[in-house]
Order: sequence, then C-alpha cells, then structure tokens
Amino acid sequence: MTMKQNKQKTDSYYHLLTRNMLLTIIIAAVLPMLVVSSIILYQFDSSYHEKVYAHLEELVLKHKQNIDNFLKEKLGDIRLLATTFSFEELSDEDFLRDRLESLQQIFGPVFVDLGVVNARGIQVAYAGPFKLGKALYSTADWFQETINSENFISDVFLGLRGLPHFIVAIRENHNGESWILRATIDFVAFNNLVESIRIGETGFAYILNSAGELQTKTLIKEIPPGGPCADFVESGGKIKRNIQIIERVDEFGEDELYVTACLKDGNWLLIFRQRASDAFAELYRTVRITIAFMLLGVLGIVATGYFLSRRMVNRIAQSDKEKEMITEQVVETGKLASVGELAAGIAHEINNPVAIMVEEAGWIEDLLEEEEFKDGENLGEFQRALQQIRTQGKRCKEITHKLLSFARKTDSRIQDVQLNDVIEELIALSAQRAKYSNVEIHSNLQENIPTVRVSQSELQQVLLNLINNALDAMEKISGNLRISTRMVENSIIAGDHLLLIEVADDGPGIPAANLAKIFDPFFTTKPVGKGTGLGLSICYGIIKKMGGSIEARSIIDGGTTFTVKIPLPKSKEENA
Amino acid sequence: MSVANVLLVDDEVPFVEAMSRRLKKRDIGIATSFSGLEALDVLKNDRNVEVVILDVKMPGMDGIETLGEIRKKFPLVEVIMLTGHATVETGIEGMKLGAFDYLMKPCDMDVLMDKLKEAVAKKRSHEEKIIEARVKEITTRRA
Repeated sequence: MTMKQNKQKTDSYYHLLTRNMLLTIIIAAVLPMLVVSSIILYQFDSSYHEKVYAHLEELVLKHKQNIDNFLKEKLGDIRLLATTFSFEELSDEDFLRDRLESLQQIFGPVFVDLGVVNARGIQVAYAGPFKLGKALYSTADWFQETINSENFISDVFLGLRGLPHFIVAIRENHNGESWILRATIDFVAFNNLVESIRIGETGFAYILNSAGELQTKTLIKEIPPGGPCADFVESGGKIKRNIQIIERVDEFGEDELYVTACLKDGNWLLIFRQRASDAFAELYRTVRITIAFMLLGVLGIVATGYFLSRRMVNRIAQSDKEKEMITEQVVETGKLASVGELAAGIAHEINNPVAIMVEEAGWIEDLLEEEEFKDGENLGEFQRALQQIRTQGKRCKEITHKLLSFARKTDSRIQDVQLNDVIEELIALSAQRAKYSNVEIHSNLQENIPTVRVSQSELQQVLLNLINNALDAMEKISGNLRISTRMVENSIIAGDHLLLIEVADDGPGIPAANLAKIFDPFFTTKPVGKGTGLGLSICYGIIKKMGGSIEARSIIDGGTTFTVKIPLPKSKEENA
Repeated sequence: MSVANVLLVDDEVPFVEAMSRRLKKRDIGIATSFSGLEALDVLKNDRNVEVVILDVKMPGMDGIETLGEIRKKFPLVEVIMLTGHATVETGIEGMKLGAFDYLMKPCDMDVLMDKLKEAVAKKRSHEEKIIEARVKEITTRRA
C-alpha cells in the first residue's frame, strides 16, 4: 500500500516539477518576445501614423495649391483680358465672342461664357452659349461683391441656367466708372479637379463653402454633423487654418480621418476624408501578421517548453532512481560491514565457550588415563564420546573461522594465492546452501596449478558471487554446479599462459538480450530488494584489474557457464 | 624441574581453570592471571615464569598491549598468543611484536604441548647463552 502511495507521491512531484519548469520556460521566453514585439509594433504604429499623416498633408496641400492656382489662373486670365482691351472694345459683342473663342482655344471649354457688366449691373455684352442678353445683375451677390472688391470668385450655384457653375469676375475702371468683366467657369472641369482626388478605397475629397454647402459633387448625400465641417461653418470661414488632420468617428461608427485645408482665402474648405482602416490598411495588415506570428511563436514556445520540460523531468526522475539505487547499495554495504563486525564479535563469543567445553572434555580424557578407570566397562564409550566432543568443537572453530574470513572487510593485499584452495574453501562454505537447493557441486580442479599474485579476498568475492548466482538460478529446480580450473595457453600473447576457471550451472540460462548487459551496473533480473545488480559489474572490475577477463555463455534451459581467465606471468610457470 | 613454568593469561575464568588442570597433569608449573595488568604483576613477583600463554582479546589491557609490555620488561619470557577471534592481522601483529607463535581456540592439547616445549627450549637456551657470556666476561676480566 505504501509503495503505491509513494509512487503516487513521486508521480505528483514530477508532475509539479514538469509544470513549474514549463511555466518558467514559457514566461521566460514569451515575456521578452511580447515586450519586444509590442515595442517594435508601437514604434512602427507611430511612425506609420506620422508617415500617413505627412503623406495626406502633402497630398491635400498639393491639391489645395492646384485648386487655388486654378482659380487664380482663371482670374488672371480675365484680368489680362480686361486690362489688355478697353471697355468699349469688350462691349462689342462680336469682339467679345472672338475673345471667348480664343480663350476656349487656348484653355479648352473651361470658360463657358464672358460677360461685360456696367456699374449699374446691366450686362452690356455677352458671349456664350446661353441666351442672356441684357440681364440685370444689380441684385446679384456676385455683382455686389465684385463692385466692392476688385475680384471675386463665387460659390458654386445653380444660376439662371439651372446648371452648377461659378463665376469669376474682375472689376476695372474706365473713365471713373467701374465695369465688370465676368466669366463663367465650367463646373465639370473644376469638379474633376477635386473629385479625382481618390486615395485608397474610401478616400475622397470635397469642398464646402462657409455656409457648409457642398461645392463639388461627391458620393455622400449629406454633410455629417459635427466635425471640422461644423467648426468651419460655425466660424463662418473666418479662421484661416493650416492643413489639419483630425480623427473622428463617422456616421457609421467607423474611424475616419479628416484632412482639411482652406481655399479661396478661407472662404472654402477642402476636406479630404478616408476611413482610418483604409488609410492605415498597411499598418493593420502588419499588426495582424505580427500578431499571427507572435501566436505561432507562443505556440512553438509552449510546445517546445512542454517537451523540453518533460524530457528534463524524465532525466531527473531517472537520476533520482539511480541515486536511490546507489543509496540502497551504500546502505547494503553498510549493513554488510556491520554484519561483518557482528560476525567477528559472535565468532569470538562462540569460540570461548566452545574452547572451554573442549578443554573440560580433554580434562576428562586426561583423568580417564588414571588407573582407576582403566578397567571400567564404559571406558571405550567415554573415550569415544569425548573424542566426538573434541571433533565437534573443532568443527565449530572451523565454521566461525570461515564466517569471519568471509565477513572481513575486503583485503586488497596482493599475495600468492592457490586458486584450488580458495575454491575448495568456498565450496565448503556453500555446501549447506547447495544441499537445501538440491544442487550438487562438482569440482574438477587441475592439480598443481601455479599460484597467482592477486588479492585473495577479491578473488574469493568474485568466485563466491558466481557460485551464488548459479545457486540462485537453480534454487527452484535443482541441478548441478560444476567448477573447474586448469592452465591453458594464452592465445593472444605467445608463450604466456592463463589460469582458466569455469563456473557452470544447468539452470534456466540467460536470454541473449540480457547476456550483453549482465556486467552492466544496476542491471538485474532479480525482484526489487533481492539483488542490486552490482555483483557481476564488481566482479568484472576486479578481474579486469587483475589483467584477466570474464565472460558468460548461456543457452536457454541449457544452463550458463562463466569463464574467468587470469593471466600468469611468465616466471610463474616454472613454479608449477 | 618441571617441563615448563607457564603463566596463563585469559579473562575467561572457566577456560583458565580447565586449561590449568590439564597442563598440571602434564607436569607443567602453572601460574594464572585474568587480566593483562595482573599478568605483569605476577611476572614481576615470580621470576620462574618461562612461557606466557596470552589471550588476545581481553577487556582493559588487551593482548597485544600486554605482549608489548612483557617483551619490554621481561624479554626472556616467551609468549604464545591464543585467540578465539581469528584474524590474520592480530596474528601477524603479534609476531611482529615478538610473540613466539599464535594458536586458535579451541586448541589441540598435543599441538599446544609441542609449542610449549619449543618455547621453553628457546628461552632456556637464551638464558644459558647469557650466563655463558657473563661468565666469560668475568673470567677474561680477571685474566
């Protein structure tokens, strides 16, 4: 139950770790990206705004100049006419007609007609397509304005003719009397100047007079209330403004840009307007693209972060597991050490009482030598029994001795070791265990093999490990354990020899997939807690240190054989 | 003269008693002590002791220490170490410090007897040599 709880606890710990790592990565990566993107976007936005405004200003300025020039030009043209020719000359209708024709020749149909009006408002001469004859203009606004100022340009109006047009007129003096030369300007040409101002999809321009009346044709039917138009209207056109740009919400609820410029000395207002979304189309597109990429980026970061943290945490989990195993091993080693010490203490404790028993038995034996016992009937029995006590005492001694020599701390001192003796000792040590597992131990030790210079306790450790592994393998099924030693020639170094030790069992064998890994640290097929997987890797290290090799061969259900080769230095062979 | 004059040193009282009985039967002069310090006392007072049979593991002054002291103060006396706690290390250490030999408990009486005889022989021969040298010195001086 606690195992499962533990597992859940560790699982949730790792989940938490993954989540924290993921959040940290995301925040650390996304935040700067957002900040940088925002800053750049903001900069781009403001600079784009500036550019667009500047552009529109320039545009409107250009058009304003165009229109102003157009009007000035027209005025200039008739002024030239009026100053070049006298009142009398121009009052001659034929002459006037000629003049109109030459104007039209040069300037095209912009000049529709010409008229000469005297100081009392009577048109004394007329040249043009309409039947206007001796019309009276004394009450007309334009007449009065022109008489008062020297020149005049009218607003667009539907005059006597029912067509939109406007008038340019100049006043001249002749013999103390004023007279006016008037020309009608074709509205269409003028209108085209303004109507042709088209920018983007929704940008267009129109002209208002100081009363708020449209002077040009335009798509919209009505002037929206409020806005610069209203200001202009309110002020009666008296305030001269430079080119202004205003952003406002129009009648549809959309943002609109209004660019305004004064024309005709402040009498007219040129208004250019465009939907903000149209004017800033590029900007909005850029913003959308940026946001799209940012989202993609965030997605990428999240995905990367997720996989990264998962991988990291898996590594951490693995390290933790390895650490746990190492700690386990350390603990076990510690346990072994204390067991060793315990064993030493126990051995001593047992040996003393055993020694006393043996001594007392010996004493009885000595006493039996006395005369009085010589003829006793049970003398033989006494002696036999006492001998048995002695034998068993010796056996105790040997057992504790073996126990001690095994539990000692590993003694790495190099000494001359007779392999066969070590093996025999180990076989004796493992005899009991083998009996319980129904395993028969067979030894085939070549006689008179030379000694090797190695650490005896390390060699014991390796061989005991192999023997124990074999016994573990055959625990449930019984079998045979064969240990053999012999001296062979070294196939790699000519003339040299090796000591070959084989430990073979007929257990279930090791599958080929595992065979390659058995010497790896922490590799074990034993259930958790039974083996640490370090035994064979330590053996491997020890034998390697001795300059030898250790290999395993195995057949499924056919048993396993471990072969240990220990090199023999040349001089040793002579001592064989 | 007895076969040998032996001092038994061991903290296990029953062991010492059993051993004494058996050795006495074999005509060995026995003195006993149950600790290292006691042993040194006995040696000081009884100049007859020729061999000490010394247990290695004792509370208080342990075997090795006692051995050192005996070799320092009573160099002629041979020491046979006895141990129920068989470690090669203590054995070798003891030999290095000058013990005559070491045996493991429980020990075979015949083996012990042999060793004792050897130890005593060695001690007596040393003693003789010393006496000879002294005598020689005196006589040559005179001359």
